[in-house]
Amino acid sequence: MRILTITKRIFVEMFRDKRTLALMFVAPLFILSLMYFLFQSNTNTVADIGTYNVSSSLVKTIDNKHIKIHKMTSDVSAKKTIRDKDYAGFIKKTDGKLTVTYQNADQSKTAIIKKSVQMALIKVQMKQLVTATKKSKTGLIKMQAQLQQIKKQLPSTMSSQIPAPSAQKNMQKPTNLKLTQHYLYGKSDSSFFTTMLPVFLGFMVFFFVFLISGISLLNERNSRTLDRLLATPVKRSEIIYGYLTGYGAVAIIQTAVIVLFCIYVLSISILGSIWVVLLICFALAMVALSMGLFVSTFAASEFQMVQFIPIVVIPQIFFSGLIPVANMAGWLQVIAHIMPLYYGASALTDVIQKQASFSAVIPQFSAILAFLLVFIILNMIGMRKYRKV
Amino acid sequence: MDAVVTVTHVDKSFNKKRILHDVNLTASAHEILGLIGPSGAGKTTIIKNIMGMEQPDDGKVTIFGNRMPNRQVLQRIGFMAQDDALYESLTGRENLKFFAQLFGVKKDQLNERIEYTAGVVNLNQDLGKRVSNYSGGMKRRLSLAISLIQDPDLLVLDEPTVGIDPELRRQIWDELRKYAKDGKSIIITTHVMEDAAECDELLMIREGHIITHGSPASLEKEYNVDNLEQVFLKAGKSNENSNNN
Repeated sequence: MRILTITKRIFVEMFRDKRTLALMFVAPLFILSLMYFLFQSNTNTVADIGTYNVSSSLVKTIDNKHIKIHKMTSDVSAKKTIRDKDYAGFIKKTDGKLTVTYQNADQSKTAIIKKSVQMALIKVQMKQLVTATKKSKTGLIKMQAQLQQIKKQLPSTMSSQIPAPSAQKNMQKPTNLKLTQHYLYGKSDSSFFTTMLPVFLGFMVFFFVFLISGISLLNERNSRTLDRLLATPVKRSEIIYGYLTGYGAVAIIQTAVIVLFCIYVLSISILGSIWVVLLICFALAMVALSMGLFVSTFAASEFQMVQFIPIVVIPQIFFSGLIPVANMAGWLQVIAHIMPLYYGASALTDVIQKQASFSAVIPQFSAILAFLLVFIILNMIGMRKYRKV
Repeated sequence: MDAVVTVTHVDKSFNKKRILHDVNLTASAHEILGLIGPSGAGKTTIIKNIMGMEQPDDGKVTIFGNRMPNRQVLQRIGFMAQDDALYESLTGRENLKFFAQLFGVKKDQLNERIEYTAGVVNLNQDLGKRVSNYSGGMKRRLSLAISLIQDPDLLVLDEPTVGIDPELRRQIWDELRKYAKDGKSIIITTHVMEDAAECDELLMIREGHIITHGSPASLEKEYNVDNLEQVFLKAGKSNENSNNN
């Protein structure tokens, strides 16, 4: 009953504070839309390259929609041209040697050039192989014709013993390999954003709930209403649970808004169950909330609360799956496993992208619940600071 | 007389600085007990120890026979802190209702209690306004109303009359007098001598020591002066001398 009274109060306060409401519900959508467009355009990178003394046939093979070629007419320094004209690379042929110089300011462009040049070289080699085979083929046919003539000149009894040439029949045409691509998760047009979405969904819920709940308890402490609250027969745990339900409900609404926005406005497919997504986000929000409440005991002002963001929130992004944790150094992997967002993002990725069922993400989910339990207990102990019973 | 609050031999230090030295006091039913002293004397620390918000380093506090801190006993205590401690984005009525519900005031009595307590402090007309629009005096009055919301048996009021105009001050004192008559016990801190004169029993506090106590009239008689300010100065001086000896 008292829990609900506190929950209700938090709700009323929250919905009267229009700025905070906007932060909770509009800011995540704004950031997501921005990222959606930013990561989408990433696939249309075009690298400018300069060439000198490269045969036009090779240039033609190098050329593709990600490359723009500028032919230089005079021998110029590769480094200077790249610097002056801001090219991503420069290709030069001297004495049968191909030299490629990369600007390497944008590694994705370097990669495009590398790939294009390698592809072109393979193509050129293939072409040479094909012409060589053709030549040997015509030679073979000539030889067969000569053989036939010799055969005619021989006595008929002998000619029957010589088998008819069958080389022509045996020479098979090279079979054309047809390529069909299947994607287990997502579609061929899956962008980087699709991969990022589960991670950012988890992060946004975590970040905003952490910040707002922490500051809200801090305000309660600084305005002395917490003292007044504790001068009533309310239990310390009831205050914590009241906060958890209040902000938990806000977090559910926030998650629902973000998820619906992603599905209907950004038309991103969520393969698993939306309910499981909501459940994971709710649990994650609870952890963020209990962490926020706990951390706020060490902050004297809102500003000091914000100072915790680089320590508590930012490092979690690195371990949330943006960089594959499995490739990290051993001790970094250990750190990843003490980050709640690591489990949250991993569970969300499984559900959203790999259509995992709830039972498949139970390990991550229980890890999140364990964090929640630890922080709830820490909060109860922290509240002792204000009232001993 | 039946003692409601007893504080015996309470010592309290913060960061090795002694704030309270051997504080003893008794607050009884039917009585208004005033703690009087300059700011920084330790009045609020005594209040916090009584409420169980702080725990004494030494000595004990008992309220209604229960050793403090005790959560259940808080149900019978109406507390008003020095800070207004109100939810600014809520209206006056919502603030009163919130605390009434925390105290478990029954649903059918809720509105009646809200109207009554608001009436004591003349806030009925302003209950619908958000507290952020209240003046300083209105906030103080709302804070006082909240401390009355569950009809407590003991009232603990830390500087209740700051920022309240003389007319309303009179009205509030009349109300407190009525509660005392009904058998409630009231503890009040103040640094205003006019308020001190209204109390039944006074404790004068300086630098964490209780320098003298008694009813206003008996104190004036004892120190042979005609106002309480003089009593305070004289008692302070004699206390200093005895400390130095």
